[in-house]
Amino acid sequence: MSDSKSIFIKESTLTSADGDQRQFIRTALGGYYKNRDLYKAKYRDWELARDAASLAKWSAVNNLAEVLEKFVAKFESNGGKVHWARDAAEARQIILDLLAKANAKAVIKSKCMTTEEIHLNDALEKAGYGVVESDLGEFIQQLRGEAPYHFVFPCMHLKREAISDLFTKHLGTAATDSPEELTMIARRHLRKLYITADVGITGANFLVADTGQISITENEGNARLTAAMPRVHIALSGIEKVINTIDDLAVLLPMLATAGAGQPMTCYNTLYAGPKKPGERDGPEEFHLVLLDNARTQLLADPEQRDALHCIRCGACLNVCPIFKNIGGHAYGTTYQGPIGSVITPHLRGLKDWNHLSGASSLCGACTDACPVRIDLHHHLLQNRRNAAKVVPNLFDRVFHGTFNFVIQRPALFSLGGKVFRKTFGLLKHLPVPYLGTWLKSRDLPAIPQKSFREVWKDSKNV
Amino acid sequence: MRVSLFIPCFVDQLTPQVGLAAAKVLKKLGQEVEFNSSQTCCGQPSYNSGQWEIAKEGAIRSLEVFKDAEVVVGPSGSCVAMMKKFYPELLHGTKYEAEAKRLSQRTFEFSDFIVSQLKTTDVGATLNKKVTYHDGCHALRELRLKEEPRKLLRAVKGLELIETEESESCCGFGGLFSVKFPMISTAMVQVNAGALARTGADYIVSSDPSCLLQIGGWLSREGKVIRPLHIAELLAMGIEHV
Amino acid sequence: MSEARKEIMGRIREALKIPSPKPHLKGESNKVVGKAWLPEVGDTQVETMALLSDNLAKLKAHFHPVENLVQAISVVKDLAQKKNWKNIAYHKNELVTPVALAIDGKAWAVEDSFTKDELEAADVGLTSCVSIVAQFGAILVSSETSGGRGLSILPPVHVVIAKADQVVPDLAACFEQINVQFEGKMPSMLSFITGPSRTGDIERILVLGAHGPKELYLILVR
Repeated sequence: MSDSKSIFIKESTLTSADGDQRQFIRTALGGYYKNRDLYKAKYRDWELARDAASLAKWSAVNNLAEVLEKFVAKFESNGGKVHWARDAAEARQIILDLLAKANAKAVIKSKCMTTEEIHLNDALEKAGYGVVESDLGEFIQQLRGEAPYHFVFPCMHLKREAISDLFTKHLGTAATDSPEELTMIARRHLRKLYITADVGITGANFLVADTGQISITENEGNARLTAAMPRVHIALSGIEKVINTIDDLAVLLPMLATAGAGQPMTCYNTLYAGPKKPGERDGPEEFHLVLLDNARTQLLADPEQRDALHCIRCGACLNVCPIFKNIGGHAYGTTYQGPIGSVITPHLRGLKDWNHLSGASSLCGACTDACPVRIDLHHHLLQNRRNAAKVVPNLFDRVFHGTFNFVIQRPALFSLGGKVFRKTFGLLKHLPVPYLGTWLKSRDLPAIPQKSFREVWKDSKNV
Repeated sequence: MRVSLFIPCFVDQLTPQVGLAAAKVLKKLGQEVEFNSSQTCCGQPSYNSGQWEIAKEGAIRSLEVFKDAEVVVGPSGSCVAMMKKFYPELLHGTKYEAEAKRLSQRTFEFSDFIVSQLKTTDVGATLNKKVTYHDGCHALRELRLKEEPRKLLRAVKGLELIETEESESCCGFGGLFSVKFPMISTAMVQVNAGALARTGADYIVSSDPSCLLQIGGWLSREGKVIRPLHIAELLAMGIEHV
Repeated sequence: MSEARKEIMGRIREALKIPSPKPHLKGESNKVVGKAWLPEVGDTQVETMALLSDNLAKLKAHFHPVENLVQAISVVKDLAQKKNWKNIAYHKNELVTPVALAIDGKAWAVEDSFTKDELEAADVGLTSCVSIVAQFGAILVSSETSGGRGLSILPPVHVVIAKADQVVPDLAACFEQINVQFEGKMPSMLSFITGPSRTGDIERILVLGAHGPKELYLILVR
């Protein structure tokens, strides 16, 4: 068993048994479900909107080379500078070099999962930079020294008491049980940091090819401040975030908000074209964009699962996933949790170590129905299982299914096997029979019938 | 019509009453019901475990078993989804593809068959009970069957249907998932069956016997009074009652 | 061209040699479909205004439609008195300047020199905007119409003064207008502001004023 798998089993076993925490997550999501349904219902045709969003992403991803070239040319003509990173290490080095050149000391960051993916904060801290996360949830997680629990709602697992204690410990503030007061503590603490930071680091939700803008979606205003106050703005983005035209945003911005957060539109959707222009009163003097591959092209090379690159990171699939709701975000051990993470992580970080995530699904399909860009999530989990069976042979599975198939190919043997099982069940249930024993740990089987269906049918043709 | 029953392997061995009830209801509706005893399992356990080459053999076998059937009706959303939706995908690009599509078009889930093919919702049943419904994920999201079973239930005289917010949430069965990740699977059934049980209904009804295996197994272990019941069993009971 | 760029582009071209099927779409093109799926906006101007008003209320933004500039000045003056706005930062503009200068307090334009600390100390930021999208109650500001990037986000209160003809019914129309208006020369920042700053990060409970303005006012002059 790979390390990542044994950690997953251990963690998910613990968290899925924590009924209080599970209920807390469900309650927290309750408001989201209500608002999501409310705003979805306002669409003239939500399903058609999903088609349109899916097509917008499809046409960019399937013409990625041309669309990226177009974007880069336009972005640079707007005065920005593009940097290319083949992998996480190269991206980190580019950013470290930019910070050194800018003679930076303090860095402020807005929420960006891609920086989590490349473990940027560790690298910056090791190099001696002060780096502060400004999104409230990320700020809290940074103080805790813990990865985000959910890639849109980073600290949704925490109760207000824990956050109050955290602030008391790190910021010396008085205890409070008011989410409003806790938010204001973070607001007051971070305001001066926007002003004193030399460099602001953000992500990007969309790269708009025809205008050369990057689009950032947020609610708090911290990304706006991060891109407004420091003298250098660095954005990090995966190459798959590019879209053809600004018009596509008419589909994508509202759907991202409604599907992911149950909002009509998020509070701030901002398009940046270059650094401060002549005549503008403020804004950064330099604007850098780091474009990251980091195995995205491997996923791109799989036409069957290429649509996973349509992902706009809204988090809708996590919010509806019964696995996520029961095991929580940390058990996954991945940057991207939930169904989308289980689909893409084997591609990004290796099937051998991460295939167990594709197995850890009942394939219920709630994620696929929730996805605003129609990624065929749960069928991709099945395809990952198939791919893994080829690439990472599992002897037990082969023998088990080989034997099973041998039996079902022979009706008489199947019938006999069933009969033996039924007649000896009284004994078998006390023996460590694979799978049966596991089932019986938490569940019963129905009263075992004397006769199978086929036996009854044969006996009396008249039912 | 001549209906060829498709009885899932575990229904055959563990809950034969579901198959018998389905046969009874279909006969009551004037159908000629047959059972080809050379059928065994559709191969879904291997398919879901990633063993597609092995699953293909099971699929090819089923094509042979049902090749002369006029229509195939199965009392399981999950197993019917395997045959109706996944066989054509699994056998795509092989010489069996056309036959897989032909079988797909003739295969129906039990409640879907009655409502969409026989154009009937009232099977003439009466049952003075309260029930709540659990949507099996395959029936709901692979076959897109949501209203079909409910139409049948609403037409049962005396029956009260109580809906819950958790009716569409997964019970946590997921085939071998239930024993490969038993803790997660059990947490899921606690949430799902827990909510269904709180309705105070007499029965948790579903069109999927595999969900009922999971839900029933947990209810029994927890000592809950509410009982699992397949929709075919409920209709058969209601017919008997008349 | 950098090595990395060449290599990534090479990987992309190689990866895309096998096509993936185009998703099924019922409409003709994105733009056409955009109209078909978007939330209803109504056909008349009265309906559009009612929708805008309703959306702003749901977003907890304050909406003040007024008849003329004189009324706009009076509304903002009253607000300033009630809310005790003394330090007023504003963007120089035919609508905004007269309003800002009428308030009792220190009004200063960002077009004149300022420091970040001075802007942070402002009680309120007064700006104009590019357009207003009724469909979502979103106010589109830019680095040109709103005194750069900071004025509409750093002060704790943001007041937007706009004309009624700046209201567009839906988001698709707004993007069409952006394309025409800027002709490919985009301002360095364009930002849709949909209600006052907010967060739900603590127990998913809504709190206004996370980092940006806690209060947002739209004064719409007919």
